[in-house]
Amino acid sequence: MRRQVAVVAFAQTRHTAGDGGLQEAEMLAPVIAEVRERTGLRRFGFTCSGSCDYLAGAPFSFVSALDAVGAWPPISESHVEMDAAWALHEAWVRLQHGDVDTALVYGFGKPSQADPRAVFAQQLDPYHLAPLGIDPVSLAALQARAYLERSGATEDDLRAVVARSRASGRGNPFALHLPDPGDTGYDVAPLRACDVAPVTDGAAAIVLAAGDTARGLCGRPAWIAGIDHRSEAHAPGVRDLTRSDAARLAGARAGASGIEVAELHTRFSHEEPILREALGLGGGVEVNPSGGPLSANPEMATGLIRIGEAASRVHDGTAGRTLGHAASGPCLQQNLVCVLAGGGHG
Amino acid sequence: MPSDAAPGGGAPRPAPNHVLEFPGGYTRSVGPVIGRFLSELRDGRLVGVRTAGGRVLVPPTEHDPATGDDVTGEFVEVGPAGTVTTWSWVPRPAPGHPLRRPFAWALIRPDGADTALLHALDLGEFEEGADPPRPLRTGMRVRPRWRAERTGAIGDIECFRPEVTMIGSPSRLEYGLRPGRALGRFLEGLCEGRILGHRCAACGRVIVPMSGLCPRDGVPTSQEVELPDTGTLTTFTVSHVPDPRAPGVPFVSGHVLLDGAGVTMLALVAGVPAAGVRMGMRVRAAWRPRGEWGRTLANIRWFEPLDEPDVPLAAIGDHL
Repeated sequence: MRRQVAVVAFAQTRHTAGDGGLQEAEMLAPVIAEVRERTGLRRFGFTCSGSCDYLAGAPFSFVSALDAVGAWPPISESHVEMDAAWALHEAWVRLQHGDVDTALVYGFGKPSQADPRAVFAQQLDPYHLAPLGIDPVSLAALQARAYLERSGATEDDLRAVVARSRASGRGNPFALHLPDPGDTGYDVAPLRACDVAPVTDGAAAIVLAAGDTARGLCGRPAWIAGIDHRSEAHAPGVRDLTRSDAARLAGARAGASGIEVAELHTRFSHEEPILREALGLGGGVEVNPSGGPLSANPEMATGLIRIGEAASRVHDGTAGRTLGHAASGPCLQQNLVCVLAGGGHG
Repeated sequence: MPSDAAPGGGAPRPAPNHVLEFPGGYTRSVGPVIGRFLSELRDGRLVGVRTAGGRVLVPPTEHDPATGDDVTGEFVEVGPAGTVTTWSWVPRPAPGHPLRRPFAWALIRPDGADTALLHALDLGEFEEGADPPRPLRTGMRVRPRWRAERTGAIGDIECFRPEVTMIGSPSRLEYGLRPGRALGRFLEGLCEGRILGHRCAACGRVIVPMSGLCPRDGVPTSQEVELPDTGTLTTFTVSHVPDPRAPGVPFVSGHVLLDGAGVTMLALVAGVPAAGVRMGMRVRAAWRPRGEWGRTLANIRWFEPLDEPDVPLAAIGDHL
């Protein structure tokens, strides 16, 4: 039987649209301090982080970030070269072993230091895609076009997603406060600049705890009722880009039903309707009340923040069952779904 | 509050003070499946690989993405023509992009393949920032442009281009025309900056340009009358198809009733926005410089508005 594990603390930076002048570890340290303070924990049974060396421009950049945690006496530590939502999955698996009761998960990114489009072009297959020089926004626009033509939705429908996300983001002290979208012309048609998540620096941390430890650390633990992640073929030409099978499958395996609030890792506006459809989120589900990635997109922390924001709604009692989603790879190639629930699930 | 970023993303950054580079890049093994694809590309052929289930994967992969099984060893020549399954339009190419002018990215399913290949699609010359051109459509038929010097890389195809579905068909014919006696006389007048008409002995109307006959009565005319170069626009049309004689697009052509004339003349109208042209508007001929005059009506470039009140439509009712 699965061990019950909950999100017991979540902290994030006030994200910035440009370089705030801090190194990664300096940016990260206050959020680690915040989750320690909130839980009273100095040390954790396991520590796992998500980051990207290409964003930092340095190999093993996660090692220097460990300075924000303090690694002496030696700690049990791991890292994913992905969004920290996948680090959270690894920590959840680690807690299933039963010998440790707490885990620290964090992610950080400073895409403002480089050209994130060029950085993420490096993740493409080196034989057929990378040599073409195609960037993630151009790939996303191919998917947006395919989705609009299949669904009959219009570019105005995408703009409405952006307007709603930005309005919500202006109510979130941690997000960038962006104006209502204007017509800035196409970035890569059919996507306009506002349809693309902004370049954002930031970091976030989550503490996971199991069973009674979780109950002791948090008044309303956000229990992980289900978590799953799925990946599709990398090549965009072999997939139906208008649908996300990986999100559908991950949602089904994670038990995504009865959801009241969903935080979706929508790096582009058209991804929201594709994900709503894949996850079976009806019109009654509140999506991205934080403003979502279209209001703040600190790479490698953005997906973890979705889980943190979804957990916060359980922590503060405003929702009983929420969903955090993370995505990775071109055109929603990989999807992680984490279903969080309040009392009765412990 | 930051505003919408400029397309292309983000504010301009200062010059880099840290460059991450692998001199010479990576050396990669390509394996037998991708290696075959790239070797065929170097020879100017596009091939896919067949899966156990019979599908043809382009570009080929070692495993069937649907089942994870090994693909068969059967390679199939496909295309090179194909169909666009989805596209995006880059109005401002980035430094890493394959074309320096606006272009499309497209997923292209080569004929005979079951999957699509990603590549750049060149639709011709466009100004930076241009909107997607009309012919760019899902379902569009395209063909590769091969590089002359090929190395065994996806870039051996420089880009795809639309299949030929339309051609330009230029047409030019040359004639030697004689104007006839009456029109010849009219053109002589134009050489001197005069507009000549004939008065009909039967109805009294002045016919300009003159043809030696009254179109109303069918009788010969010969009584010359010189007319002023001012008149009234009786009716007009706005044209959006370019014409080498017109100042630009849109342009206005209309019927001008010269003062004292009994019939209207077809002429261009300029010096006023198309939306500002009115029936009954007073106009005057804009003559070319005297040094450019010849035996042609083109001595009058067009008619321009005259600062006079419009003529009531009732006064020109016979000419509408």
